[in-house]
Amino acid sequence: MQRTLTVIHALGLLLVVFSAAYLLPVITAVIYADYAILLDFLVAMVWTLAIGFLMWLLTRRYKGELSIRHGYLLVVAMWTAMPMFATLPLLLAIPDLSFTDAYFETMSGMTTTGATTLVGLDNLPPAINVWRHELNWVGGLGIIVLAVAILPLLGIGGRQLFKAETPGPMKEAALTPRIADTARNLWVIYVAITLVCIGALKWAGMNWLDAVCHAFSALSLGGFSTHDASVGYFNSPAIELVLIVFMLIAAINFATHFLAWRGKSMKVYLSDAEAVATVILIVGSCLGVGYFLWWQGVYPEFWTALRHASFNLVSIATDCGYASVDFNQWPMFAPLWMLFLSSIACSAGSTGGGIKMIRTLVLVKQAGREFLKLLHPAVVNPMKIGGHVVANNIVFAVLGFIFLYFISVASLTFVLLISGLDFVTAFSAIIACINNMGPGLNMVGPAGNYQGLTDFQTWVCAVAMLIGRLEIFTVLILFTPHFWRR
Amino acid sequence: MKILILGAGQVGSTVAESLVSEANDITVVDSDGDKLRQLQDRLDLRTLTGNAAHPSTLEQAGIADTDMLLAVTQSDEVNLVACKLAASLYNTPTRIARIRSIDYLNREEVFSADNFCVDFSICPEQILTEYIVKLIEFPEALQVLEFADGKASLVAVRAFAGGPLVGNPLSFLRSHMPQVDARVAAIFRKDSPIIPEGNTVVEEGDEIFFIAATDNIRSVLNEMRRMDKPSKRIMIVGGGNIGRRLAKALERDYQVKLIEYNKKSCEKLAGELTNTLVLNGDGTDEKLMQQEHVDEIDVFCALTNDDENNIMSSLLAKQGGARKVIALINRSAYVGLVQGGKIDIALSPAQVTIGSLLAYVRQGDVVAVHSLRRGAAEALELVAHGDRQSSRVVGRRIEEIELPKGATIGAIVRGDQVIMGHHDTLIEAEDHVIVFVINKQMVKKVEKLFQVSLGFF
Repeated sequence: MQRTLTVIHALGLLLVVFSAAYLLPVITAVIYADYAILLDFLVAMVWTLAIGFLMWLLTRRYKGELSIRHGYLLVVAMWTAMPMFATLPLLLAIPDLSFTDAYFETMSGMTTTGATTLVGLDNLPPAINVWRHELNWVGGLGIIVLAVAILPLLGIGGRQLFKAETPGPMKEAALTPRIADTARNLWVIYVAITLVCIGALKWAGMNWLDAVCHAFSALSLGGFSTHDASVGYFNSPAIELVLIVFMLIAAINFATHFLAWRGKSMKVYLSDAEAVATVILIVGSCLGVGYFLWWQGVYPEFWTALRHASFNLVSIATDCGYASVDFNQWPMFAPLWMLFLSSIACSAGSTGGGIKMIRTLVLVKQAGREFLKLLHPAVVNPMKIGGHVVANNIVFAVLGFIFLYFISVASLTFVLLISGLDFVTAFSAIIACINNMGPGLNMVGPAGNYQGLTDFQTWVCAVAMLIGRLEIFTVLILFTPHFWRR
Repeated sequence: MKILILGAGQVGSTVAESLVSEANDITVVDSDGDKLRQLQDRLDLRTLTGNAAHPSTLEQAGIADTDMLLAVTQSDEVNLVACKLAASLYNTPTRIARIRSIDYLNREEVFSADNFCVDFSICPEQILTEYIVKLIEFPEALQVLEFADGKASLVAVRAFAGGPLVGNPLSFLRSHMPQVDARVAAIFRKDSPIIPEGNTVVEEGDEIFFIAATDNIRSVLNEMRRMDKPSKRIMIVGGGNIGRRLAKALERDYQVKLIEYNKKSCEKLAGELTNTLVLNGDGTDEKLMQQEHVDEIDVFCALTNDDENNIMSSLLAKQGGARKVIALINRSAYVGLVQGGKIDIALSPAQVTIGSLLAYVRQGDVVAVHSLRRGAAEALELVAHGDRQSSRVVGRRIEEIELPKGATIGAIVRGDQVIMGHHDTLIEAEDHVIVFVINKQMVKKVEKLFQVSLGFF
């Protein structure tokens, strides 16, 4: 019980930090002189601050280091509590919005999924849109990473939390000696690239509000948009190109960006096997799908086909989730291939989801190893990625992860099927949610949204997002008997 | 000359052996007293047990008045520290270090006078590796030695029926391929040397040494024997220093399989090598060899630390169908025993690697000394200095030079040009002259011949 109180203490502190996030929509409301909304956000902010502060104050006797297991508990608690508090302004500002839909919206925002249950985005108050996109942006690199960066008070437990929240199988290689420095550097890079993206989008023809919002959702690979028609609303090749570039940047490990920035050298990217594989796979797929659409006669001109294929494919493959056309109408191969890429294409340490490119590489190489072992029983061939040996225990961890991933996809799809959805909708919705991607196919496709789901189905999708964002282990470990055994 | 040798391992003891016979005062330091005792039993030198990197040991060994320090212990770091100490504390004039790690070798500034003060660094493993790479590149050759930075090469080859030259006099070579300039420096027939003349008839089984510009080697080899198809598949036994380097050097151009006994080393090797198939097993396990298709292997190299293992595994490989087998053999008694039998090439690391070190030790104008035929014959690369007055070589035609009998001038490298030695070729100052001697005792005489008389200074 004492340890649990320690978790509540830390959780209170994190909520106090989180309440600062309300400042941006507050400022927006002031700029747009929308005082009703301003009040809503201030109320939400005060509530979050007060509850967080109370939790922190009442448990301050139990302040202490977190053990590994309580680190997991804290991360999961934080990731369920934050979307809960984030619903406050939505519930206050939008009448008739159910808590289920609001929680889905904020969970979708924080996990960078980008699926929405709201209709009429174009008419939402600017502050609400900024709030949604800010949730994307904060969730992208991770709120706890941010907390570790600015609050060294979490102590040694910080490294555990950091590991529990960042995606990817290998997290041992610290970029700087201190974990707080690492976290701070990652956030500096993240903020810097976001600022460049805002500038580029403004230059490409967006207004400031749209530029800020889309930069937030592009860099976090969240995929929220300020328009119902998503990026299709702008119908601008320049904007699409800018977004493609920044989505690809966000799909690469931010640690690699950091190394490139510190070493002032682009060579770092070439030596990152994951980044190379990601870029090759995505660019090759763009050309292939573009050609396929032209060949199938979906678009009469090759360049049009390539433009739409590239934007939508990059958006889906990187788990961002913008759409510029209704790709659900394309021949089945194209959207399914995009769905497939969304599961594997993002790098570990990026803001995207799925099983990550590094795990895909490990799996492919492991298959090659098995073949070689059959041909040469005496062979010794360690797993190597980018010239570095990957220890066998990591390979096993990856295999375990992939198994859990498939089991999760299968069982959650079955749950949706039982609840009455058709197969394509159910399967694509789970894939889209667990990969934190956004739009699925059919009912939940780019032309529709998740509003048509029942409350139960909405909750299932929200759970899929959470376990996808925290990479399954972190969430499911709480449900193992060993976790609660002393 | 007073020489201090640190390390009584393979390299140290071989160098000591060669230098003792040249009237030098030699002290050998090693931490292993037994090794030193064995060495002292055989050779006329002083030994000292102790850590070669400690100033007190060096002082005891008499570094204060030493002319040359040879730091050839197993450890790069000990060698570097010893050189640094010798330079800064005792002003030893010449410091030579054995350096294995590529990390150091890639950074020349490590050896500079500001840092570790190494005048000359030698890496026996690297020399041996390059030597084996050459043999694999020219699978017909028994030995390939490079002179003048690789511009000219001396090649040993066994003549076989099918080569156009076999059964013909040497002068036929010139008429048969007038565009290629090559010179036969010596022929060994049934282990005894023949001084080649224009009318010497080449017989099957002769071991022929010829010198040619490196680009022409292949076409000359063609004359001596039917060419084999180029090598593609290589099998290496032993993943030690040499095996690992060799695999690394070959893995881009050949299909390489490497067999190593130690599981831990296997994992390390497999991590380091990108294109080599690393196999965990015994090099003398014929089942493993069959499983890995030894019958399709072009060149099999047994490179473990153990002579007997190397001999056995190369015999097995040859029996299993490997086309050419090379065995690394440290004990010189074994070398003569096995070469020319089933094992195609017996490599003696000491003889391969020590040439360049000795050339440096002897200083003077000897650039390289290579042992041929297990040390019976030698090839030297010397630089001619001075003019007609001060030198007995420069400004003279080859026929005018008073070479001892059994020594021949094979070729001359002038700038980038390789000139074959004919009786009327004129030697100029700063030419690199490649001299071939069929008897080791003549080396001194030839060196003396090239020394500039005092009048030059």
